[in-house]
Amino acid sequence: MARAAELAACLEAVLGSRGNANRVFQILELLAGQEEEEDVLCATRTCSRLFGALLERRELFVGPLPAEEASLAGPCSAEHKYKVWMRHRYKDCLGCLAELMGHDAFRVKELSLCTLMKFVELEAQYPLIKIEWKGTLTFPRELVKVVVDGLLPLHEDASLLISRFQEYMEYDDVRYFVIKAVTESIGQVMQKTKERPLPFYQQNVFSLISPINMPNKESDMVKFMMKQDNWEELKVSKLQAHKQAFEKMWLSFLKHKLPTALYKKVLVILHDSILPYMNEPTLMIDFLTVAYGIGGAISLLALNGLFILIHQHNLEYPDFYKKLYSLLDPSVYHVKYRARFFHLVDLFLSSSHLPAYLVAAFIKRLSRLALTAPPEALLMVIPFLCNLFRRHPACRVLVHRPDGPEGMSEDPYIMEEEEPSKSRALESSLWEIQSLQNHYHPDVAKAAAVLNQSLSEIEDDISGLLELSAYELFDKEVKKKAADVPLEFEQIRGLFGKKNDIFAEHFTLD
Amino acid sequence: MGKAGKRKVRQASAPSAARGPVKSAVAAVRSNPFEVKVNRQKFNILGRKTKNDVGLPGVSRSKAIRKRTQTLLKEYKEREKANVFKDKRFGEYNTKISPEEKMIRRFALERQQSYGKKNIYNLNEDEELTHYGQSLAEIEKLNDIVDSDSDSEERGALSAELTAAHFGGGGGLLRKKASSGQQDEEEEKPKSRKELIEEMIAKSKQEKQERQTRRESALELTEKLDNDWKEIQTLIARKAPKSERKDKEAEKPKPDEYDMIVRELGFEMKAKPSERMKTEEELAKEEQARLQKLEADRLRRMRGIDEETNKKKPSHVSADDLADGFILDKDDRRLLSYKDGKIDIENEEEEEKDKEEEEEEVGEEEDNENEEESEEETANEDEEDSAADTHSDLESDLESEEEAAGNKEQKKEKTNENESQNVEKLDQKMEAAKSELPYTFAVPESYETFKSLLAGRTIEQQLIILERIQKCNHPSLAVGNKAKLEKLFGFLLEYIGELATLDLPELRTIDKLVLPLYNLCQMFPEAASDSIKFILRDAAHDMEEVIEVKGRATFPGLDTCRITTLQDVIKGLFICCLFLEYVSLSRRFVPELINFLLGVLHISLPKKQAQGYTVVHPFTPVGKNLELLLVCDKEDLESWQKKNLPLSIVTRLNETSRTEMNHTRLSCLALCFDLIKKSAALYESLPSFHEIMHPIRILLAQHVPVNEYPEKMKEWYHSALKELENKVKHYTPLICEKKKPVPLKQYTPKIVKVLEFGRKQASSKKEQERKQLIQRHKRELKGAIREIRKDNQFLARMQLSEIMERDSARKRKVKELLGSLATQEGEWKALKRKKGKN
Repeated sequence: MARAAELAACLEAVLGSRGNANRVFQILELLAGQEEEEDVLCATRTCSRLFGALLERRELFVGPLPAEEASLAGPCSAEHKYKVWMRHRYKDCLGCLAELMGHDAFRVKELSLCTLMKFVELEAQYPLIKIEWKGTLTFPRELVKVVVDGLLPLHEDASLLISRFQEYMEYDDVRYFVIKAVTESIGQVMQKTKERPLPFYQQNVFSLISPINMPNKESDMVKFMMKQDNWEELKVSKLQAHKQAFEKMWLSFLKHKLPTALYKKVLVILHDSILPYMNEPTLMIDFLTVAYGIGGAISLLALNGLFILIHQHNLEYPDFYKKLYSLLDPSVYHVKYRARFFHLVDLFLSSSHLPAYLVAAFIKRLSRLALTAPPEALLMVIPFLCNLFRRHPACRVLVHRPDGPEGMSEDPYIMEEEEPSKSRALESSLWEIQSLQNHYHPDVAKAAAVLNQSLSEIEDDISGLLELSAYELFDKEVKKKAADVPLEFEQIRGLFGKKNDIFAEHFTLD
Repeated sequence: MGKAGKRKVRQASAPSAARGPVKSAVAAVRSNPFEVKVNRQKFNILGRKTKNDVGLPGVSRSKAIRKRTQTLLKEYKEREKANVFKDKRFGEYNTKISPEEKMIRRFALERQQSYGKKNIYNLNEDEELTHYGQSLAEIEKLNDIVDSDSDSEERGALSAELTAAHFGGGGGLLRKKASSGQQDEEEEKPKSRKELIEEMIAKSKQEKQERQTRRESALELTEKLDNDWKEIQTLIARKAPKSERKDKEAEKPKPDEYDMIVRELGFEMKAKPSERMKTEEELAKEEQARLQKLEADRLRRMRGIDEETNKKKPSHVSADDLADGFILDKDDRRLLSYKDGKIDIENEEEEEKDKEEEEEEVGEEEDNENEEESEEETANEDEEDSAADTHSDLESDLESEEEAAGNKEQKKEKTNENESQNVEKLDQKMEAAKSELPYTFAVPESYETFKSLLAGRTIEQQLIILERIQKCNHPSLAVGNKAKLEKLFGFLLEYIGELATLDLPELRTIDKLVLPLYNLCQMFPEAASDSIKFILRDAAHDMEEVIEVKGRATFPGLDTCRITTLQDVIKGLFICCLFLEYVSLSRRFVPELINFLLGVLHISLPKKQAQGYTVVHPFTPVGKNLELLLVCDKEDLESWQKKNLPLSIVTRLNETSRTEMNHTRLSCLALCFDLIKKSAALYESLPSFHEIMHPIRILLAQHVPVNEYPEKMKEWYHSALKELENKVKHYTPLICEKKKPVPLKQYTPKIVKVLEFGRKQASSKKEQERKQLIQRHKRELKGAIREIRKDNQFLARMQLSEIMERDSARKRKVKELLGSLATQEGEWKALKRKKGKN
């Protein structure tokens, strides 16, 4: 408390008369020294108030800062000297605050971040940069860079601080300069590490840049921190410039090798919050092609971005369907991104110009894999297959082959074949779905039985089924009102008492 | 046909209507070519039926006029008349009733009307009987008169008088009697009316008495016969019936053969109705009453009142023990008797009669329990049991009785030993009564009370408590009991759940507790399913939350959770067993089962790249939890013996030594092989059986290190592999179910039923019907309008004719008057002329 009172007195004194200016050092000392958390917080607050007031009074030197010794020694007015000196103290303060952003205590970090951002705001209003020519930008870019550097530590997770920072990203100009600063930071950091992955750093960058909300139209950009006369002529006001910066940032981020988890996260948001805001989405082709080639879940996720490129930007992808075909493995029914994947597969296979052998191979493979699928996936995939049959009537031989050879000893379909055209799917039949007609879940069995009949003309809507979860199924089943309750009819004799009980064979009650 | 024709018709028809029989007139008309109007057709259409090609306009017109005169005209004429003539004769206009019936009904009606008007003092009054409308009494009177002519006038007259006075001209019987019996006296002196009546009263009284005595004696005789029969009945049953018959023959002088047979049949032992099966309700009531009585007994004992007062009961005869001659050669059962407040015989638990299957187990346990328990408790147990048995005897069938008897024999020796020691002090018994279970229980209202009820009891006692709760609160006993017992199910389920989640699960207790659970479940399926659903939903909800929070769940479902420990594997295998059990009858396909077994096999292999198969979700092809089931230790492999996995391992892995762990792993593997075999047998009928089992087969055939396994394991392995491989591969192409073929368009003419010509045929039958109805309605409407118009014309004609008639009458009258006046005038003038002349 005593410290607080002392600091308050200092503040009073410094603001009161220029004669007491030297007491600033008392404050800065506390800020720089390894003090108690409370003291540091107090000092930070005092600094914030002090320099805030000074900025507002315009008592800080404006323009490129001369060296301290030289300017003080030079023949200038006392006023000038004071301003330069004070500006140097301000600079010291900023340095201290930037250091404090790496402090252990979150409160300190948060407060220093907020203080810095307050200074950014004030500097935007009362610029410390002299307008020398028409295009001069008065925004405190260096300060933003300092903040961004503080937000992206190399070896710790700063997601909490970053989420605190998100509110400032609402400002269009702040966002613009943060994007630029991040690009710069990535360039510097990754250059140094020489392609060695930095999981924390990359994670931090991702958590900083992934929530960025880019404006859709130029007219949406109205919230600016900076007020300048020649506003219209500046780059900051142009959406095009924003997009360019955004694109550059992402490209520089994705240029480097990413950890798998991050890879997936990027791919998940790629189609939605990155591609639409790029000037040249085709620049992502390389990245997506590589991702698509990796295989597994990453390929599944890359599909979405690829689709946008193919669909909207005329990307020609050789052997796309073959690749898609090879993506189908037992895990597709189990992965988290099942809904998204099947949504895309549905899109890709919706063209009626696809050759029958290709569609048949897909059908056969999907149904073969369905033998290991959970019921919620089965409930989705069976209508999906039905839709394929509707779109491609040539494939109906898979379920209806009246004059086929009797008593085959093998399924003609070759599961291991990677080339759909050679898989002999058209010679096969969907015995898998027939097996699923005996599935334990009644709805699945019912859905599978549909293939026995000739299909109706209208396609099923599977969009509602894509997101089906096991819990939903369970809930539905539990809520069903049973007309008559099925009961065990054999008289029991305890837990394992029945005849031919499997449990009694292998377990004991101990 | 012109106007002339019409006129002619009117002239012709009017007299014919007056004459009466129309038909002849019509026939006459029809033969007259002038009367017939032929509707000429322009075109002849084949198949068209023409109804109206020939008409008789005159006939039909006259018919219409006649009808109008009969109805409309009448109405018109009576339009201002209020009085109506009503014919109230029964059924006069009802043509459906035949005349005879009509008469009968009328007669009945008449009787009914006169029924209420009877003279209440005239008791014997009968309605007058008639024959052909003449009073029978009258006829008899006449007869009597005739009779009296031959016999004696006086008597006949008197007798007639008597009958008329007292019996309303009653039957001839009485009269004859009177004539025979009283003849002399009557001749001596004619009795007064009063005397006569008295005499008759006396006579009737005497007669009544006689009748009564006769009936009594008959009753006595039959009773005696019954008794005699009962005495000899047993003899009949035991001895051959023939000999008995011989005895009878000897007794009776000359029995007719027919009589013999009749009697034989009559006396033959009939199938007597056995004790009727008691309904569930009654059983429940009895059981409750019994338990209440026992509870009262216990309380009394607790208070120290001795049952010395209980009388020694006479030999007990079971209700089933019909006097049917069936006697056990030697009844070695002890009969129920109290001795010093104890009971001599020992019986088993009362559960036995309810659950036969359970009998053995419980019985055995009871034995054990009895041995363990202190002497006095045994005694009390015995007592209660025996009391139970007396009733159970009543209810149980013969078989179980015999079985029980067998049990009892075994136990008897033991009791005899007990008995000597059982001579106990009263206070000790009181103690025992206190420690003994109460007999009646209310259904606990909350789970806490339920728990406290069961707390500290042995398993058997818990079972007894549960059973008594059920019996005291059987749903048929009171209205609210059903809801209470339904709640009990929930409590029991919760209790079992609690037991199961203990650190050391009391599986033995649970094993026993599932029996009452099962019974309750059978009683209230809906409530049971609701509470089970509730628990399942709760569990699922919890799991969902856990998954959301942690991204994975601790409980390894077959699908959702990662397998990280050996316990997880065991749990999973347990669930696999459960699945197999459930689908063992329906043969439903459970993909998760196969996936899990594949995964289990996979983790039993040394780490290497999986070839030719892919493990799915709960397992990962690569990762840190591989080799969970891998056993490398040669010694452990050698020393392994297949043994059942204890369930407690799931919650707590107590084997710490490596060897035991390895043995558990091998047991899991063996279980896995067995499950593979079982599921292969289950699913062999599926069309894609080979595809389903393909990964497992590859794994078994190519990757599993069989040679390292011990002999026993090899057996498991080979049986599983054999089950997989000896299935025939057989694929038949799929064929859709035939859909109803759409008929081709044909060129043969479509034949449609023509209902009406000149109308467009509607397509559907319904539409056709509708159109037809509309058409008919239109036609009817037209007809009605025409009729009304004709009616009006008719009326107008009638009115005109009336007016004309009236006018002409007036004219006539005026003419008459004028004429009379003229004659008067003429006369007067003539007179005047005469006078003038004169």
